[in-house]
Amino acid sequence: MSVALVKEKYSSKVGEVVLGATAEQGGTRTHTITVGGDSALPFLHFEGETKNRPVIAMEVTDVVPSWNDLIKNQIGDVINNPAAWAKKCVDDFGADLIYLKLDGANPEGENRSPEDCARIVKEVLAAVGVPLIVEGCDNAEKNNEIMAVIAEAATGENLLIGIAEQDNYKSIAAAAMVHKHTLIARSPLDINICKQLNILIHEMGLPLNKIVIDPTVAGLGFGIEYVYSIMERARLGALANDKMLSMPIICTVGYEANRCKEAYATVEEFPGWGDLEDRGVLWEAVTASGVLQVGASILVMRNPAAVTLVKKNITDLMGK
Amino acid sequence: MIIFGERINGMFTDIGEALRNKDPKPLQYWAVKQQEGGAHYLDVNSGPAIPSEERVEAYEWMVNVIQEVSELPLVLDSTNYNAIEAGLKVCKRPAIINSCPAEQVKIERVFPMAIQYNAGIIGLTMDKKGIPKDAENRVAFAMELVAAADEYGVPMEDLYIDPLILPVNVAQEHAPEVLESLRQVKMLANPAPRTVLGLSNVSQKSPDRNLINRTYLAMAIACGLDAAIMDANDDDLVDVAATAQILLNRSVYADSYLKVFRAR
Repeated sequence: MSVALVKEKYSSKVGEVVLGATAEQGGTRTHTITVGGDSALPFLHFEGETKNRPVIAMEVTDVVPSWNDLIKNQIGDVINNPAAWAKKCVDDFGADLIYLKLDGANPEGENRSPEDCARIVKEVLAAVGVPLIVEGCDNAEKNNEIMAVIAEAATGENLLIGIAEQDNYKSIAAAAMVHKHTLIARSPLDINICKQLNILIHEMGLPLNKIVIDPTVAGLGFGIEYVYSIMERARLGALANDKMLSMPIICTVGYEANRCKEAYATVEEFPGWGDLEDRGVLWEAVTASGVLQVGASILVMRNPAAVTLVKKNITDLMGK
Repeated sequence: MIIFGERINGMFTDIGEALRNKDPKPLQYWAVKQQEGGAHYLDVNSGPAIPSEERVEAYEWMVNVIQEVSELPLVLDSTNYNAIEAGLKVCKRPAIINSCPAEQVKIERVFPMAIQYNAGIIGLTMDKKGIPKDAENRVAFAMELVAAADEYGVPMEDLYIDPLILPVNVAQEHAPEVLESLRQVKMLANPAPRTVLGLSNVSQKSPDRNLINRTYLAMAIACGLDAAIMDANDDDLVDVAATAQILLNRSVYADSYLKVFRAR
């Protein structure tokens, strides 16, 4: 008996966003990266096009991070030098783009000046040809200061800068608008705030194709199902022509997965959990592949060994 | 929810006069104003202002002057199909033919014309004998129109079934029958045809027109109404349409949902 596949038909698709800018476009990247554009649920190739391959941004910080040694050892000596670290991510680990987190700006830490932060951004830009994502530290007020200076210093590069949140979006949205960058709009696992924030940013004048959604994710075992349902609603909204939910999605997988105890506790502490080296890699890789299944376009990852696994997973899912 | 702005109709004094004097300004004023109010389509009806024999020319003129100021697609509203065809010929965007009853002769005229001009059709659940009293007979007529769409190759999303609401002050018993018809029409095919009502008809000659329109719109949307020919400049009515979408979970809630509903 032959079975007819029941196919969903969608009226719209996910918007496309271009990251980076080449010399012709006013930047210095060797190439740009386009994300989004899907016209069906992820990887359902028989229903619609998964237009652009999901990409992996590898995390680089401006101060030596407090990550576990299994990750730090893979990165090696360059961990003291953001530019060299970024280059290693691209050359050796196959990163599609670099996610630079400026933790050093935090007033409770090194309290780097905006100019100092901008210098580091320029150094990383000079070291790699891929598009760059730049986020500040965990202090909203300081971020507004540094992102204004960085956005200006990197005018024309079309950085993906973050983060805009519901109670702090105006300053960074203005910086993105004036200096022609793309903006990360982050909502706290809340589809209604996600949509509202996109509306507010768009009302300021930033075009919809200059916004990327960060829905906030969770690591495997810590609420990833909830993340999945939020992202699924956003994707279904986009496919049903809800323009205010139609942006591609970025997921900070490495950060969330490696906060989970399962990703760093030793086998001596939890003998039943198995070897940490494999476990840490798998925890991040499985978190990443979980959000891939529901439409992540940009995965921000940390562990090089997990990146290798997820790249293979993406290739398999793309079917080419 | 798709809003068809009702205001460009020769029954209104200003439009009637404009049609007689060939003055484009009132038509253009209402085209822009209804778009600002939230209309997605503009209904265009000469009404009795233009004698039958001049309607072909009148529809061509109306479409042209409206398109000078508005990008909105049009709903060409007339019982004179030659006039509608003259309008379709000059429409820049796919239009909707308003309307075709469940009568074979008219189906044979309208459905091929819809295919030829890539237009939608509003199908009325009535025949020569008039409007049925109950839902059952309305749905039977709807089925004939669905079958015709199938036969002529009109996609279901281009067929708008209108179960015909009558004024509540004289034909109160029709209101619940129309709601039941909406529910059943949505189950006639998969994908289902769309549904539409000439909403303002429900409140004809009642003192509390706006309240009746708003209340009935909310009820009808919950029963499966997809579109309404209505007053696009009654802000509260447009807000009801936007809010009903949210309460039916058809669109994701955001604090600014009313504003987004009107945005394009």
